[in-house]
Amino acid sequence: MNTRLKNGILIAAVAAVTILPLVIVKHPTARADGTQAVVFKGSDDQAAAAVKTIAPGYKPWFAPIFKTPSPEIDTLLFTLQAAIGAGFIGYYVGYSRGRAKMNANKSDSKHAH
Amino acid sequence: MHIMEGFLPVAHAAAWGAVSTVCVGFGLRSIANSIKTKPELKMLLGVSTAFTFILSALKLPSLTGSCSHPTGTGLGAILFGPLAMAPVAAIVLLFQAVLLAHGGLTTLGANIFSMGVVGPLAGYGIYRLTRIIGLSTSLTIFLAASLADLATYITTATQLALAFPDPAGGFAASLIKFLGIFAVTQIPLAISEGLLTVLIYSFIQKHSSDELTSLGFNMNAEEERI
Repeated sequence: MNTRLKNGILIAAVAAVTILPLVIVKHPTARADGTQAVVFKGSDDQAAAAVKTIAPGYKPWFAPIFKTPSPEIDTLLFTLQAAIGAGFIGYYVGYSRGRAKMNANKSDSKHAH
Repeated sequence: MHIMEGFLPVAHAAAWGAVSTVCVGFGLRSIANSIKTKPELKMLLGVSTAFTFILSALKLPSLTGSCSHPTGTGLGAILFGPLAMAPVAAIVLLFQAVLLAHGGLTTLGANIFSMGVVGPLAGYGIYRLTRIIGLSTSLTIFLAASLADLATYITTATQLALAFPDPAGGFAASLIKFLGIFAVTQIPLAISEGLLTVLIYSFIQKHSSDELTSLGFNMNAEEERI
């Protein structure tokens, strides 16, 4: 299969799998007290709630040593983590392409002589 | 998502911590060996680490109406074997535990074990197995990466069920509950991780074929399989 087509299909499929839940999952109606139930919370929060129902007496014995002051700062740090990763992969992609081009040029000039 | 800070009893936290320390030690030795003999592999090791950085920072929505994130460890396990990803997972988990209150220091051992040990082992095993069966390269990479992702969260659910058996139904009832939270949520994310791993692997295959050959990949056979 053509590489570009294959890559396009892969990226489109990832986008579809990610967007689908946003479309399909119904936003729950407001609770009786008027507060809105929250969807797309973290599975770890759900697990914490499950622990509380299974073992109501359990008290977490250690609290996070540092809590970011707001969800915005969380976003900053998660973005930073992804950016470091993406930066390196971008470097690798550019490096590899440049190397391939250089090798191609080298073999061209060999043919010329 | 990982086990939250303080959410494993002391004995469990200590036991997982001990097991993971040993695994990270073996992982560091395996990485040091492959870099010493083949320094050209540093780049691919960096790519595997970077891939894990990106994927484990992406909190994605799932059909269960909650969010979780992929792990990105399947790629490194396929390239460098199952041991190499334990230290990589440890770095990412430490970053998130210290700065983001995501996961935790007391649960670090348990989380390294699921993300850095069981996931990569599963991915590597499935990769080997599907190669023997003779599936196409894309399909082997997809299956290995997505099942490594899923295996990580099945392990997380098991660890929590071991620590918190249901008073009535015991371990099994608890396991079903935690699997519902972690593993079922993870299924669409595991599919995404599999697809993204195929994407980056096909680039590596095209542009780093010399490095793959020195890792023991048979590139002549690979090219026919794409």
